[in-house]
Amino acid sequence: MRTTTTVVIGAGHAGLAMSKCLSDRAIDHVVLERGAVANTWRTERWDSLRLLTPNWQSRLPGFGYDGDDPDGYRTMPEVIDFIDRYAKAIEAPVQTDTRVTRLRPADGGYIVETDRGDWRCHTVVMATGACNTPIVPALAAEVPKDIVTLTPREYRNPSQLPDGGVLVVGASATGTQLADEIHDSGRPVTMSVGEHIRAPRSYRGKDIEWWMDRAGVLDERYDQVDDIVRARNVPSLQLAGQRDMLDLNALTAKGVKLVGRLSGIGNGKAQFSGSLRNQCALSDLKMGRLLDTIDDWATANGLDGEVEPPHRYPPTEVEENPPLLLNLSSGKIKTILWATGFRPDYSWLDVPVFDRKGRVRHDGGVVDAPGLYLMGMQFLRRRKSALIDGAGDDARDLSAHLAAYLNAPSAIRPV
Amino acid sequence: MTQTQTVDNGVNVEALLGAKQALTEAPQAAKFTWRATCQWKNGTHSHSTVEGFFGLGEEQHRKTTFNFDADHPEVFASEDHGATPVEYVLVGLASCLTAGVAAVAQHRGIQLRSVKAKIEGGMDLQGILGIDTDVRNGFDGIKVSYEIDADATKDEIKALVAQSQKRSAVFDIVTNPTNVTVEVN
Repeated sequence: MRTTTTVVIGAGHAGLAMSKCLSDRAIDHVVLERGAVANTWRTERWDSLRLLTPNWQSRLPGFGYDGDDPDGYRTMPEVIDFIDRYAKAIEAPVQTDTRVTRLRPADGGYIVETDRGDWRCHTVVMATGACNTPIVPALAAEVPKDIVTLTPREYRNPSQLPDGGVLVVGASATGTQLADEIHDSGRPVTMSVGEHIRAPRSYRGKDIEWWMDRAGVLDERYDQVDDIVRARNVPSLQLAGQRDMLDLNALTAKGVKLVGRLSGIGNGKAQFSGSLRNQCALSDLKMGRLLDTIDDWATANGLDGEVEPPHRYPPTEVEENPPLLLNLSSGKIKTILWATGFRPDYSWLDVPVFDRKGRVRHDGGVVDAPGLYLMGMQFLRRRKSALIDGAGDDARDLSAHLAAYLNAPSAIRPV
Repeated sequence: MTQTQTVDNGVNVEALLGAKQALTEAPQAAKFTWRATCQWKNGTHSHSTVEGFFGLGEEQHRKTTFNFDADHPEVFASEDHGATPVEYVLVGLASCLTAGVAAVAQHRGIQLRSVKAKIEGGMDLQGILGIDTDVRNGFDGIKVSYEIDADATKDEIKALVAQSQKRSAVFDIVTNPTNVTVEVN
């Protein structure tokens, strides 16, 4: 059995940022990766996807964007290349093609079992990502058998889908982007809309991420928000890696049909909630509050003369009586795409750290088991934690905690 | 000149937040069962009572038994001893949303002075009379309109009403399907 001080599981941006911070502290470690560096970006993303944050915003410890289009949005090959170059630049000790099959406590440390041998270590950093397994609602079992169903993990482009109508379930970043390109392919899209977060791509001439970065919104800490459970479950912003705003009004304008949250399927009919109007009202009001925050911050920081003047967006259009029923047996809908979110896969995690909902118990990434850490999750330590740009600050904080843990006299370190 | 005023809408937010905390830790205590009994009187007139319910792991009793007469108006050739059942649904929705407005306002530190709701539900009787099977029995839509006087901006008041819908049991009941099992003993 090989030994090291720290095993980092996952060589995405989060695991690599941690690797850099551990190297800076001269902490011996290995980064285990089931595939290649940036594996999820390579294998589980659709063809046209561009990163939802602008190029300048991918700042990793000791690395950043050096190209000539700071305000652009990376294609997937560009994201992969960026993370690959980071791994090389920091000389991360990555062992690729090594799948962790089990993590268990042993002798005051941990044993990491993999399909290429086991590791013994004092500390473990789990950086396997927040989006491993697509969430598909239980009512999917009632979908008529002749309808093709798929998740964003398998979706690559519209040519995969049969001709005919598509029901996209979910209206966050994934649902809106896929509804847009699928509708453009000539397959009429109906989109089921539950809770969603509307946001402009740019506001007063600056990217929304620029505002949230500068105004400190993205740096808001997990121990400073009112309800962290709620904050961690907020859906992704309705953003796309393109200049034009892709909100529900943009989709309606091109002919996408909006219906309420999918609430039931029975006798071949899909039933939608009558809450669509309120879901849109909630989102419009929330966006208004974000823009108020930005405007107040701009005024307080003397930016009003430098950037474009404030303005507001028209409310989300909802038709007078959105349909509540959709006959799935009529032949009009050929495909259902579940853009209903993802959850992490902890099937390999054999440490008693789960809450009753199957989430890992942690305090800002310090897991409720000595020497175990978590990275890259929604609002782990800061609002930006799940962004590439959020990995650096979290890795700096958590590597400091990890180093202190290793130095603590109470830590049992028999390896 | 500055005067600190305590917002009081008569809602004990601390108790509600305490209950949220307690029920998060003991989710089985959050399982409630609400009940009513209904006795036929005559014609379309019935008399319902509401008293106990189950919650916090045990039977709960009230000091008062609440009584409700339901009937249909004279244009239905009935005797109009009480509101129609569908009007009780409107009352349920309006009172649930209004209670929610007060609770959310209290939580957000907004003093309410007046909250009035008008609620109406449209219905095509061709459904319940069996004239046209394409027409549903129930409401074809419900409209609620609020007039709220409060120490808040228009958007803050709109947000109260939106959040109240988001958290409302009756709003959920009327906007989403529910399995209903009716047995004869």
